[in-house]
Amino acid sequence: MDPSSLLQYLITGLTLGSTYGLTALGFTIIFNTTGVINFAQGEFVMLGGMMSVYFMHSRGFSEPAAVVLAVLGATMAGALVERLAIRPVRDCPTINLIIITIGVSIFIRGLAMLLWGKDTHVLEPFSGNQPIMFLGAAIMPQAIWVLVISLFLLGALKMFFSGTIHGKAMLACSFDSKAASLVGIGVQRMVLLSFMISALVGAVGGVILAPITMTSYDVGIMLGLKGFAACILGGLGNPFGAAAGGVILGVLESFGAGFVSSAYKDALAFVILLILLFVKPSGLFGLKDSKRV
Amino acid sequence: MAYRKDMIWLAFFFGLLMLAPALLPNNYYLTILILGCLHAMNAVGLCLLVGHAGQISLGHAGFYGLGAYTSSYLSTTVGLSVGLSMLSGVALTVVVSILVGLPSLKLKGHYLAMATLGFGIILSILFTETVDITGGPSGFVGIPRLSLFGFELRKDVTLYRAVAVMLCLIVWFSFNLLHSRVGRALRALHTSERAAEAMGVDIARYKLLVFVLSAAFSGIAGVLYAHYLTFIAPSSFGFMFSVELIVMVVLGGMISVPGAIVGAFFVTVLPEFLRAFENIEVLLFGAILILCMMFLPDGMAGGWNRLWSWGKARLSGAAHE
Repeated sequence: MDPSSLLQYLITGLTLGSTYGLTALGFTIIFNTTGVINFAQGEFVMLGGMMSVYFMHSRGFSEPAAVVLAVLGATMAGALVERLAIRPVRDCPTINLIIITIGVSIFIRGLAMLLWGKDTHVLEPFSGNQPIMFLGAAIMPQAIWVLVISLFLLGALKMFFSGTIHGKAMLACSFDSKAASLVGIGVQRMVLLSFMISALVGAVGGVILAPITMTSYDVGIMLGLKGFAACILGGLGNPFGAAAGGVILGVLESFGAGFVSSAYKDALAFVILLILLFVKPSGLFGLKDSKRV
Repeated sequence: MAYRKDMIWLAFFFGLLMLAPALLPNNYYLTILILGCLHAMNAVGLCLLVGHAGQISLGHAGFYGLGAYTSSYLSTTVGLSVGLSMLSGVALTVVVSILVGLPSLKLKGHYLAMATLGFGIILSILFTETVDITGGPSGFVGIPRLSLFGFELRKDVTLYRAVAVMLCLIVWFSFNLLHSRVGRALRALHTSERAAEAMGVDIARYKLLVFVLSAAFSGIAGVLYAHYLTFIAPSSFGFMFSVELIVMVVLGGMISVPGAIVGAFFVTVLPEFLRAFENIEVLLFGAILILCMMFLPDGMAGGWNRLWSWGKARLSGAAHE
């Protein structure tokens, strides 16, 4: 296998992996403040892609404006989900919360199908289709956008969690919500915030991926599952481990598709995951006991 | 006492299933009824696993599909008799569930959910991609109809009766299991694994037993499904079906076998009713799920029990006055 194809696979993998990572990040943000695995996370990703297509093609906004509106829209959706479906049932068992988030994901998917139909849509790449040649590999400009925006978002979140009072309050909630409320943190507000941030992160992932893989009302299921897998791969509860897990999953998947068969690329991700779960269930970067806040 | 109550319920349920075809106006309803019974077999298995043993599985659609595809392949491509194919289908499901169960059941909570989910997805991708064996995305056609002791069950009503009897046998077996030593061990295990272990319960063995049993129920349902429809496609055995199965159990009320059955029929029938609403069907399904969980957190069985005790309190209150 020549080095230029290796590079090509690596870049494809990094691009896909970044969006899995962003989805996984969304999972962990909510999981950390609430202990809930939000099965509607993939739907936020879908909303990001579909809404930007809608604002751009049906409402005639310019692409940057459409993208911003889409991300804001998805963030609003995140807030609505928390207020309408999660908050009223805060104290019920985990499995009920899982079912509720599944209900939410079915609902959002149904709504998207009703509003925008079953067709697959494509969003224009942010800066053209002219590939950049680099060491014999063709890099699409969109891939660079994906990588840069993902890294930027990751950095911003890191700063948010360690540098702002809200971020620290959210970390406190994840550590012990009772203790957090005792020191005067509005836990409910933090939960709301966590839903909004994870919807925002997911939607950004959806928007930047849409020009590469296209989008439709049902892309959320597989993206959500891959994100969930990435989350476990990196260690549930560790946001940056989850992001790394996404990247690893994406790269392995891309190499698997290149070397083995593209038909089984989705299966490969889950085979790796199963092996990891059986060998080291806490994930690659899982924190066992020590959890610093 | 509780056992007698369960048996009375089962007798009543059996009677209802046997009477049902006479009350139905046409064959369309019979199809739904058969599917309901098949879903109920799955749900009863998951009720034992999720409700009683406290082990979540998001991969049971895989076992359902494994049974269906194995039996279809053996009876159609290999040319084995239907009975033997069905037995082999269930047997393979059991073997695979042991292989998956052994490493998976060391995991807990979200990790177990993920492992079973991953397994289910791998199987559903295999069903789609191994075109030579399964027919791929366009499906497996020409599967022979269900036959018992050499007699093909040509009429839908006869086939329905066979499926209903099988469901009742599964329920009967489950009730007996739950009222036995195993059932007590499971309850102990659900409450606290550590305490159960301290009391001498071999938790690994019981967890595996229930996992394999629930997979076997799904396998049985799967082979019956294949030989009833005579056509199967991978889309019936995907992740969403695993989710639907969990939904049936939770809607029914987790630890209640009758609840799981009611949940199964509810989830089977609901889309048929919602079909009248065409495009908003999916939307309504999602909304109903959310609302059910909000207002019936312990499922229909829990809701029924609350209604029952409320009614009893009202009645006895009235008698006192």
